[in-house]
Amino acid sequence: MEKLSTRHLLGIKELSKADIELIFSTADNFKEVINRPIKKVPSLRDITIANLFFENSTRTKLSFELAEKRLSADVINFSATASSVTKGETLIDTVNNILAMKVDMVVMRHPNPGAHAFLSKHVDATIINAGDGAHEHPTQALLDAFSMRHALGDLAGKKVVIVGDVLHSRVALSNIHCLQKLGAKVMVCGPPTLLPKYIASLGVEVSYKLDEALEWCDVAMMLRIQLERQGGDENSGVKFFPSLREYHNLYGLTMSRLNKLKKVPIILHPGPINRGVEISSEVADSKHSVILNQVENGVAVRMAVLYLLASGSN
Amino acid sequence: MKNNRIILDQTQLELAIQRLCYQLIENHNDFSNSVIIGLQPRGVILAKRIHSELLKITSNSSIPLGSLDTTFFRDDFRRRDSPIIANKTQIDFIIENKKVILIDDVLYTGRTIRAGLDAMLAYGRPDLVELLVLVDRRYGRHLPIEPNYIGTTIDSISSERVEAKWLETDGVDEIILKENTK
Repeated sequence: MEKLSTRHLLGIKELSKADIELIFSTADNFKEVINRPIKKVPSLRDITIANLFFENSTRTKLSFELAEKRLSADVINFSATASSVTKGETLIDTVNNILAMKVDMVVMRHPNPGAHAFLSKHVDATIINAGDGAHEHPTQALLDAFSMRHALGDLAGKKVVIVGDVLHSRVALSNIHCLQKLGAKVMVCGPPTLLPKYIASLGVEVSYKLDEALEWCDVAMMLRIQLERQGGDENSGVKFFPSLREYHNLYGLTMSRLNKLKKVPIILHPGPINRGVEISSEVADSKHSVILNQVENGVAVRMAVLYLLASGSN
Repeated sequence: MKNNRIILDQTQLELAIQRLCYQLIENHNDFSNSVIIGLQPRGVILAKRIHSELLKITSNSSIPLGSLDTTFFRDDFRRRDSPIIANKTQIDFIIENKKVILIDDVLYTGRTIRAGLDAMLAYGRPDLVELLVLVDRRYGRHLPIEPNYIGTTIDSISSERVEAKWLETDGVDEIILKENTK
């Protein structure tokens, strides 16, 4: 019988291609479930899941919570700002206290890369990474690839360009791993200051010109400029490039750019969108964009991940 | 393999399906308020056979047919080593106030049917639910579930397994009783 090769979902890097395919085929079934008149199944009714968010999140948290509830799991939510973490409690203590309340799975977002890997070695629960610093965000990459596959079919040989703030992005790294495992070709594009120095060593192509990258690709994934991580001064708010306006002019996806292309790629964005910075409203709301499909698929993919991991945690 | 026993060969299978169809017609007349739902994976093939036979026999050319997967409603989740892999559910109609004919190939413990009854309720509150099975393995029930229509009845022991083979998937139509080697 098929099952995942791992007990935790720490990152895409640890998954095999077969794991990803299994998650996708299960997500197909859950996509059908969440389009039923009654969208709930009882699979995880004896499972308790803690959502621990040490960093802000809107859609990932909502999406996980909805996925958990659609599977009938019991859910407890925790956000760091309103907790004893501000009193200096360590991560292991916080999590062990929560696990003492008989929690089976932990969905966690944490600002420190590797926090999940660390935790998985020290606590006895299934850990799912909902984002760790600028390292990985595996469920986002899975739902992105799942959305691409729905739009384009098999991803082998397809060309995907990831545009923008790759330096601060956990979505980019997870996507690179995921797409490469599925046989897609990946290019990153952005200002040199926002592309990590050794990114090419991951086997991706690098471009500094958006128009060339768009001409090359079947899929364009626009990343959010992570304003909160730019660390610029108060006036401009940015330090990796001169201004948001200049960034938009050079790397913003606009309809006039798309109109020049022979073949318009499908457009993804992991959200939240900075409209008028990395993508214009006109493009974000156009028929080329699958941004809202990504959100719907996010619930189905997370249900699949929870279902497959929970069944192995007996 | 020498212990395999054929319960129904191709001719017997055809006859059983024919008979089941006429029994259904006795209760459902022209099927104007009835729907057929096959349970994934193996009940769906039987449901398709019965559906196409009914279309031939009756004047009704549009009897709704759906397939229902019970995976997410099973009671043995987390009691196995591996997750149960789901199949497709396709029900393009609402079963509210309909007479539902639930179809599966083999009835043994009744647990799949219990899951199917639960799963079905996502599509409405049916007026009536009936169960049709090709093979009823008696004396193995874990739950108070009995079929309304039965192709054939067999008495078997728990180490035996009933396997339905279909032309569509296995290249041959036959129902066999096997000694479980596991």
